Amino acid sequence: MLSLHIPTLSATLLKLSPSSNSRTKTQRRHAAHFTFQPDPVPTQYGPTQKMNLFQSVTSALDNTLASDPTAVIFGEDVAFGGVFRCTVGLRDKYGKDRVFNTPLCEQGIVGFGIGAAVAGATAIAEIQFADYIYPAFDQIVNEAAKYRYRSGNLFDCGNLTIRAPWGCVGHGSLYHSQSPEAFFAHCPGIKVVIPRSPVQAKGLLLACIADQNPCIFFEPKILYRAAVEQVPVEPYTIPLSQAEILQEGSDVTLVAWGTQIHVMREVANMAQEKLGVSCELIDLQTILPWDTETVCKSVVKTGRLLISHEAPITGGFAAEISSTVQEECFLNLEAPISRVCGYDTPFPHIFEPFYIPDKWKCFEAIKKMINY
Amino acid sequence: RNRTLDRCRQQPFDSTLEKPQFPGASADFVDQLDFIQPNVISGIPVYRVMDRQGNIINPSQDPQLSKETVLNFYQKMTLLNTMDRILYESQRQGRISFYMTNYGEEGTHIGSAAALDPNDIVFGQYREAGVLMYRGFPLDLFMAQCYANADDLGKGRQMPVHYGSKDLNFVTISSPLATQIPQAAGAAYALKRENMNRAVICYFGEGAASEGDAHAGFNFSATLECPLIFFCRNNGYAISTPTNEQYRGDGIAARGPGYGMLSIRVDGNDVFAVYNATKEARRRAVAENQPFLIEAMTYRIGHHSTSDDSSAYRSVDEVNYWDKQDHPISRLRHYMTTRGWWSEDDERSWRKQSRKTVMEAFERAEKRLKPNVELMFTDVYQEMTPGLNKQRESMWRHVQQYKEHYPLDLYDK
Repeated sequence: MLSLHIPTLSATLLKLSPSSNSRTKTQRRHAAHFTFQPDPVPTQYGPTQKMNLFQSVTSALDNTLASDPTAVIFGEDVAFGGVFRCTVGLRDKYGKDRVFNTPLCEQGIVGFGIGAAVAGATAIAEIQFADYIYPAFDQIVNEAAKYRYRSGNLFDCGNLTIRAPWGCVGHGSLYHSQSPEAFFAHCPGIKVVIPRSPVQAKGLLLACIADQNPCIFFEPKILYRAAVEQVPVEPYTIPLSQAEILQEGSDVTLVAWGTQIHVMREVANMAQEKLGVSCELIDLQTILPWDTETVCKSVVKTGRLLISHEAPITGGFAAEISSTVQEECFLNLEAPISRVCGYDTPFPHIFEPFYIPDKWKCFEAIKKMINY
Repeated sequence: RNRTLDRCRQQPFDSTLEKPQFPGASADFVDQLDFIQPNVISGIPVYRVMDRQGNIINPSQDPQLSKETVLNFYQKMTLLNTMDRILYESQRQGRISFYMTNYGEEGTHIGSAAALDPNDIVFGQYREAGVLMYRGFPLDLFMAQCYANADDLGKGRQMPVHYGSKDLNFVTISSPLATQIPQAAGAAYALKRENMNRAVICYFGEGAASEGDAHAGFNFSATLECPLIFFCRNNGYAISTPTNEQYRGDGIAARGPGYGMLSIRVDGNDVFAVYNATKEARRRAVAENQPFLIEAMTYRIGHHSTSDDSSAYRSVDEVNYWDKQDHPISRLRHYMTTRGWWSEDDERSWRKQSRKTVMEAFERAEKRLKPNVELMFTDVYQEMTPGLNKQRESMWRHVQQYKEHYPLDLYDK
C-alpha cells in the first residue's frame, strides 16, 4: 500500500531539477489581472457570514432546498459536492433524490431539467463549464425559451435555472474560459445573469430560481475562491434586469459584468488619478433582458461609453449595447462608443495575458475617448 | 417506492475471486475471442393479440374490454380518420397552411391512450392526435389550432397539428424532433417525487430515435429510475428515409436492453396488443420506478405531411397493402362484427354522423377571426418587459400608419 508521507520519485526529481530553486520569470505562473474588490457589508438582509463565491452559491442552494420541497439539483458530479464545491454538503443534508448526479450529457441535463420544471419541480441544472453548454443549445433555445409562448401559456419551464462556471481563470484555455452570454442574448424567452461577487451571486441566483422564466446563471469561476465577502445567511433576492451603478461619475460611462467589473474598478481609479477623468461604473448584471434605461441615462450624462468583456469582440454583447446606445443617445455622444474585448480568436492558453481586455487596454481606450 | 432488484450497486472489491472486479461491468471472464452478433435476421418478436383479420389468436390475451369501451376505440379511430381526411383536403384547398395525417397509426394512439390514467402526462412528437382525441379534446379545438383562430389554446403561434392541452395533460407539441424525450424523463422524475401514482408516456418515431436527445432520454430515465413509458411508433419512414437507412440494428426495441431498460415490440396495428403492453408497462413503471420501451410496429399510410408526395419514394402497391390488408381500424371492426357489436347500418350511420360533426366544427373554425395581434408579444416571458412593450407600441404605430397593407380585418380586436 503506497504510503503518503514518503516522497515519491517524481517529487524527488523535481527537487533535484537545476531550475527548482531559482524560479525564473518563465516558470512563474502569472498573477491575476485584477484584484477582487468586496462590496460594503450588506445590512438589510440580516446576519452575515464570511463566504467566498462558491460558498455563497452553496448558501443560495441550501436556502432553496430548505424552503422549496420540489427543488432538485442535478448535473455531472454534483453529488460529491461538484468540481467547484458549489454543492458540498447538500446531498447529505437533503437526500439523494434531491441532489444527484446525471450521466455525462448536457443535452440530457437541460432536457431533463425542462421536463422536471414543466411537471412543477424547481429544477436547478448544473453544466460543468459554460464551454460545454452547446450540446444543450437546442434544448435551451428551441425548447426552454419558447415553451410558454408556443403553448399559449398552457405550459412553461419557468422553474428551470441553469448554472455554469464562466470566464477566464488564468490557464483555462479554449474550453475552460469561455463567456458564451452573447449566444444566449439573441434568444427571446430566457434570462441570462452574471454576478460580480458572492453577495451578488447569492441574491441574483435566488432571484433566478424564483423567477418564473428559464434562467441561465453564469458564475465567474476565477472568483469562486478569490472573491470573499460578508454574505447574508438568510435568503434574499437582487432584482433581475436592473443594472447597478457602482460609482457615479461625469465623464465616461463604463459598462461591464462579472469578473471584468473588478478590472473596471481599477481602470476608473487609474482614469481619475492619471487623467483626472471621472468614470461612472455600471454592472449590467442581467444580460438578457438588459437594463437599457440605466445605461442610456448614464451616457446621456457623460457622453462617452466604454463596454468591456472577455468574450470575442465580433458579435459580443458589447455590440448590442453599443448599437442601442447610439440609437438612443446619438446626439449626446462626444466620442465613438468603445469596446475593449477579447480578440476574435479562440481563448488561448499561454497567450492569455495578451488576450484578455486588461486594465491597460481599457485605460488606453478611455484616453482615446477623452482626446477624441 | 423501492426497486425490488438492486441493479446498480457496485460489488465490493475482492481480488481473491477470479471474477472481473471492474466497476464498469458485472460479468464473467471468457478466453474465446468472439464478437457478439447483432441479431437482425430474427430480431425481437412482435407481440400481437389479433391476426391481420381481427381474430383473437390466444384468448388469454384478449383484454376482454366492454362493448362500450371497444365501440369507443373504434369511433375514436374512425373520427380521427375522418378529421384527417377533411383537414388534409382543406390544406389542399388553401384553407389551412399545413397538415399531417395519422393514417394507419390510429391503433397506436387509441390503444396506448386507453391504457393510461387521465392524469398521466403525455409528451408527443406530432403524429399522436388520436391520443388527444381519446382523452376528449374537442373537434373545435383541433380545428382552432389548425386554423390558428382566436379559439386556439395556443394563441395562434404555431403551425397546424402542434396541439396542447393542460387540462388533458398533453404537453404542447414542438417541431424539433426528439426534444421531448429527455424532457419526459425529467417530468417523470418530478412525478416520482410527488408520489401521486402518475406516469409519463413519451411518443416518438423511429427516425427521431436517431437523435442524440433520444439516447439522452433513455439513459437518464434508466439511471434516474423514472416512471416512464417510451412509445416508439416505428412506421417505416422518416419522411422519405426508410428504416434501413435509419438504423442498422434490430429497430428501437433492441436498444432498450443497452440502457438497462425493459423493452417490447408490439404489432402497432393491433389495438389490443398496444393496449395490453401499455397497460402492463404503466403498472410496472409506477410500481417499480423504471422506464419501459414499447416499439409499436406500424405503417405510415399517408404522406409525411401536406408538403410531401410519398409516391416519389415508395410504390402505391406497398401503401395499398397496408391500407387494405393490415389496418388497425378494419381489424378492430372485424373483432366487433364477429361479436355482433357493429352492423353495416351502424357503420353507415356512424360515418355519416362523424362526417357531419367534423364538417360543422370545420365551418365554425373557418369563420372565426384570428387572435388579437397583441398576442404576438405576450408570453415570451411570464411578464411583459419594457423592451417588448416598446416594440409592441412601435408595431401598432406602424400598422396604423400603413394599415391598408396589413390584414387587420381578419384579426380579433
